[in-house]
Amino acid sequence: MKALSKLLVTVVPLALVFGCATTDKTAGGDEDMAGAGAETEIVTPPPSVTEDTMGAEAIAAPGQDGGFMGDPLDDPDSLLSKRVIYFDFDRSEIKDEFRDIIEAHGQYLAENPGVRVVLEGHTDERGTREYNMGLGERRAKSVRRYMSVQGASFSQMDVVSYGEERPIAMGHDEDAWAENRRVEIVYPGR
Amino acid sequence: MELQNLKHFIKLWALLAALLVSAGGQAALTIEITQGVQGALPIAVAPFKWEGKTAEPPVKIGGVIAADLHRSGRFTPLPVADMLSRPNESSRINFGDWRILGQEHLVVGTLRELGAGYEVRFKLYDVFRATQLTGYSIRTSGKRLRLTAHQISDIIYETILGEPGAFATRIAYVTEIRDSAGVRNYSLQVADSDGFNAKPILNSRHPLMSPSWSPDGARLAYVSFETGRPAIYIQEVVSGKRVLISHYPGLNSAPAWSPDGERLALVLSKGGNPDIYILDLDSRKLKRITRSFAIDTEPVWSPDGSAIVFTSDRGGRPQLYRISIRDGKVQRLTFEGRYNARASWSPDGKYIAMVNGDRGKYRIAVLELASGAMRVLTDTELDESPSFAPNGSMIIYATEIGQKGVLSAVSVDGRVHQRLMLQEGAAREPAWSPYMQ
Repeated sequence: MKALSKLLVTVVPLALVFGCATTDKTAGGDEDMAGAGAETEIVTPPPSVTEDTMGAEAIAAPGQDGGFMGDPLDDPDSLLSKRVIYFDFDRSEIKDEFRDIIEAHGQYLAENPGVRVVLEGHTDERGTREYNMGLGERRAKSVRRYMSVQGASFSQMDVVSYGEERPIAMGHDEDAWAENRRVEIVYPGR
Repeated sequence: MELQNLKHFIKLWALLAALLVSAGGQAALTIEITQGVQGALPIAVAPFKWEGKTAEPPVKIGGVIAADLHRSGRFTPLPVADMLSRPNESSRINFGDWRILGQEHLVVGTLRELGAGYEVRFKLYDVFRATQLTGYSIRTSGKRLRLTAHQISDIIYETILGEPGAFATRIAYVTEIRDSAGVRNYSLQVADSDGFNAKPILNSRHPLMSPSWSPDGARLAYVSFETGRPAIYIQEVVSGKRVLISHYPGLNSAPAWSPDGERLALVLSKGGNPDIYILDLDSRKLKRITRSFAIDTEPVWSPDGSAIVFTSDRGGRPQLYRISIRDGKVQRLTFEGRYNARASWSPDGKYIAMVNGDRGKYRIAVLELASGAMRVLTDTELDESPSFAPNGSMIIYATEIGQKGVLSAVSVDGRVHQRLMLQEGAAREPAWSPYMQ
């Protein structure tokens, strides 16, 4: 059981690397993409593998005697269990209260160079959608820079901005907005 | 002039023949005039007479025309119940009847069965001069009846007001519907300008953004997250055939077609942060237009293709800037308010509509380029995505009403307001089509 889950952990990042390699090949946009277009049905394209795995919740399993035995990523008492960094309106600076979380993840990545992480940048609904795409990316890159200072390699950290397209809170008030201005630290497959 | 119009319409038929694939599609949008113009022109549109052996088609031409004219805010159509007589295209008109009712203009028409299709004939009269202003005979089909009615509305609008109408156009927009499991379903929709015949051209479980029409109205560029990252696609509206245009690492965003249809302005962050690029669609050559450490995004072309206006926070806050394509000179355009973004350039080149953020409220504003005068047009708080109608009369935009994303439209002078309600889910990011060529 444990061996199987270990196997999954190693397989998923590999799949991700693989996926990236293929997208990189087509990234130039210099060839006709009709093939890729046909692969994605015009009506209801299937969710991508990355998407499904990224959405999965991290499952925490405590050790027998209170001490944690498994991967520190699975330790509910570890700072690594905290995976959302919040921001002020229209800002991308890391606030003091989130520095230790980012440091913990950065150090974990530095100690585990085979692990990859996706930093998803999000904004609240105010302002324009495309500007918010830029702002979400700036926030994610702000987290990436801070993690890299802890020794994490840029090649371990992917940045994706969703702008205001994926809010957590659906309200239209300051509480909802504060919850939505965030970077999510996502370990694919965890 | 009339001959020219006729030629225009014949061309239109050829290209639009396949466009309106399914007739009788139910309205997904309903449009409500929330504020009209004082002194809108009184006009009577008599019900079109049906001449045929089979059942009368469900589309009521006169009703569609009256609704179009009413929606423009420039006309007040007379309710049919108030009419003293109901003349048709071949009737002798008793102008006295219409003068008593205070009507300045009268539209009469006949819908005739013609083989497998129809012939629509109509006449527009000046009631006080007792003269015919224009008249047409148009062959059409059941599927195109609504479009024919919109074209007649355009003819009437232009004949009376001296400026082209934009009824026979379409709008693209994005909807988001959450199913019972809470899963978000996104759809890129295309509807007639009156909200009828709404049809999805793409459904996805992943966000869709920023639809942009090609200048011939045949294709849409947009951003889709279906690969897990933003990528730009171009899709033919009729065939659904599409091409992946841009999928660089980082942002691939905010596509905007050049007026000649040969290039696409877009936003890429592969150079480190979001910058404006121009992609030649034929050669696939990419040219970087802006180079700053700021967020440069939301490019729109000037109607003559010589410049691009974009949003940038290079000055600390998002504001609009204009860059010359020829020499790359950049000039800041907006100074009023802390937040000015997402420009739409009016078809005559004289105005820029934008989202203006001030004291936490985001509203649609319009900047007159010649004078630099800025005018806020709306009174809502979360307005987004302004888009000019191809005749420049109205600006469609997205806003939030009662916790729901809705589409609204406002005239450039701020006097006419419309709201377009979606039956289910939230609608946003409207893009008004150009004239169909």
